[in-house]
Amino acid sequence: MMAAPVLDIQNLSVRYTTERGNLQALRGVNLTIPEKSIVGIVGESGCGKSTLISTIIQLLANNAKITSGDILFKGESLLDKSEKQLRGLRGTEMSMVFQDPMQTHNPVLTIGRQMIDIQYRDPLSKADKRQRAAEMLTLVGIPDANQRLDQFPHEFSGGMRQRIAIAMALMAQPSLLIADEPTTALDATLEVQIIKRLRELQAEIGCSILFISHHLGVIAELCDSVIVMYAGEAIEQGSVRDVFHTPAHPYTRALLQCDPGNIKEKTRNLPTIPGEIPDLVNLSPGCIFQSRCAQTIPQCAVAHPEFHTSKTGHVAACHLLQPEVQAQ
Amino acid sequence: MLAYTIKRLGLSVVITILAITLLFLIIHMIPGDPVSTMLGPKASPELRAALEEKMGLNQPLPVQIGLFFVNMLRGDLGVDVFTNRPVSQIVFGQLPYTLALIGTAIGWSAPLGIALGCVSAVRRDSFIDRLTGILSVSVIAVPAFVVSLYSLLFFAVQLKWFPAIGAGKSGDLPDQIWHLVLPAFAIGLSWVGYIARLVRASMLEILGENHIRTARAFGLPENWITFRYALRLAILPTITVIGVGMGFLLSAAVFTEIVFSRPGLGKLVIDSITTRNYPVVMGSVLFSTLIFVASTTISDLINALADPRIRNST
Repeated sequence: MMAAPVLDIQNLSVRYTTERGNLQALRGVNLTIPEKSIVGIVGESGCGKSTLISTIIQLLANNAKITSGDILFKGESLLDKSEKQLRGLRGTEMSMVFQDPMQTHNPVLTIGRQMIDIQYRDPLSKADKRQRAAEMLTLVGIPDANQRLDQFPHEFSGGMRQRIAIAMALMAQPSLLIADEPTTALDATLEVQIIKRLRELQAEIGCSILFISHHLGVIAELCDSVIVMYAGEAIEQGSVRDVFHTPAHPYTRALLQCDPGNIKEKTRNLPTIPGEIPDLVNLSPGCIFQSRCAQTIPQCAVAHPEFHTSKTGHVAACHLLQPEVQAQ
Repeated sequence: MLAYTIKRLGLSVVITILAITLLFLIIHMIPGDPVSTMLGPKASPELRAALEEKMGLNQPLPVQIGLFFVNMLRGDLGVDVFTNRPVSQIVFGQLPYTLALIGTAIGWSAPLGIALGCVSAVRRDSFIDRLTGILSVSVIAVPAFVVSLYSLLFFAVQLKWFPAIGAGKSGDLPDQIWHLVLPAFAIGLSWVGYIARLVRASMLEILGENHIRTARAFGLPENWITFRYALRLAILPTITVIGVGMGFLLSAAVFTEIVFSRPGLGKLVIDSITTRNYPVVMGSVLFSTLIFVASTTISDLINALADPRIRNST
């Protein structure tokens, strides 16, 4: 029998109570992260990426509520666990790299102190913990790690702070590392370095990574499989190769066309997807992408699309993939 | 830190000099001159001239200010118009009472206010948060002299739990502390509410910041997050406010000292103004200014000690 996947999200829906009414931030999201794999999530701002992460680590805002579905971590439901049990998992079994490196560390505590604090469960001496922290910093490419442990966050550049955040997340030796746009704040050279490091360290520690980015090139470089999210739904998923080479959902195709890396001809105007993300408070029936889709059929306005298998074997939620529509 | 400290202390010296100069000018502009006050309207011109000479009043104003600073550095603040006692001696005699009063007031109100603010922020919208909120706003609205009067009437006159008047026998510490309770309560009460509101607001702000989310994502114990990671930052604005608040405490002390007939700087200022005893007015206001400058300096230094971003900003 195969081992349970590290993370298995089933039909997850999350809503926020807002002044305007209930905002359906996530609707029926399915996601599986097998052991030792790297899964990417792409999608534009507001597509529910951040809500998804907060739900996985169970640190949702007070006005958020999980309305359906389940999150299985190594086969056990996170929704059944007590706050104490969840805290036991955070920082040991799963760890996080957050998006904004400038604000991810406490400004009045030294980096060393913060890196020692997160090892509070380990029965090591303080000197050993410090040594370990210094080794992790060296590993992510921060020179003079031992001296720099006594410095405060504001004494590091953004790129360095991001690497410290990665070092902290990896120091936990987690089964699952969740990285929310960890390279967005970095310049391109550094981005490549960090991606390379992340890949090496992932192989070394043997963890799985959930990698969130809107940088398609990085996802292609790093991930085994990818999930495309749009307005709170996972609309297409499969291996990076299948999804990027033969996208099945019109949104994914549009997204790929907008990637500057794919634009071959000289142009003054970068392509965009016309229209806006639909209002998640007053959802209209039918496909979530219909208002911006160039290939709508009458069905799109009335029925919410099911997942269909594309020609290459990955899945996408689009009416156009139904065999009877394909046949026409 | 050293560079910051030197810079900050230098600034304090400049502020002190400016404040004292201003003070000198204001006192100088008060109608009625000290010579007539001392000698009466019927004094001979020779006598007047002699006294003016002695007090340096015949000199041009800048020279007078300069002389005042020189004398001040020598510890000479002039003499009491009526008793001829040195002003410095009189002020130093009253200073401990006022310092004890405002020290005790902030000493009980700040910890309580910080604790209430913390609990309110951590248990936001709970019963205790709402109760603290209502009580805070109520006590902030009541001036210290009103609290003084009513606590005097209720706890001292009606219930006879505490003494009503004076500062206690000198040398008898328990008696003096006993006399300190009501006035310190009266001055500190509104500060409990004020500090609780302030700490609650900055705690809520800090608890919503990304680095707290990071700490939570690493599973740090919740009490570490509250005290080590959040309160350490959230307390800094409160320290600044308390530093500046010393000015308000000093003026609250004036009323309270009158109400409780306690010796102290406030009572000294009022008494000496009513008798036009200008050297004593000058001396006591000077010390109030020094207390204020010192407290703001100390609160800034504490801020710099607690926040590396401030101390490295030089």
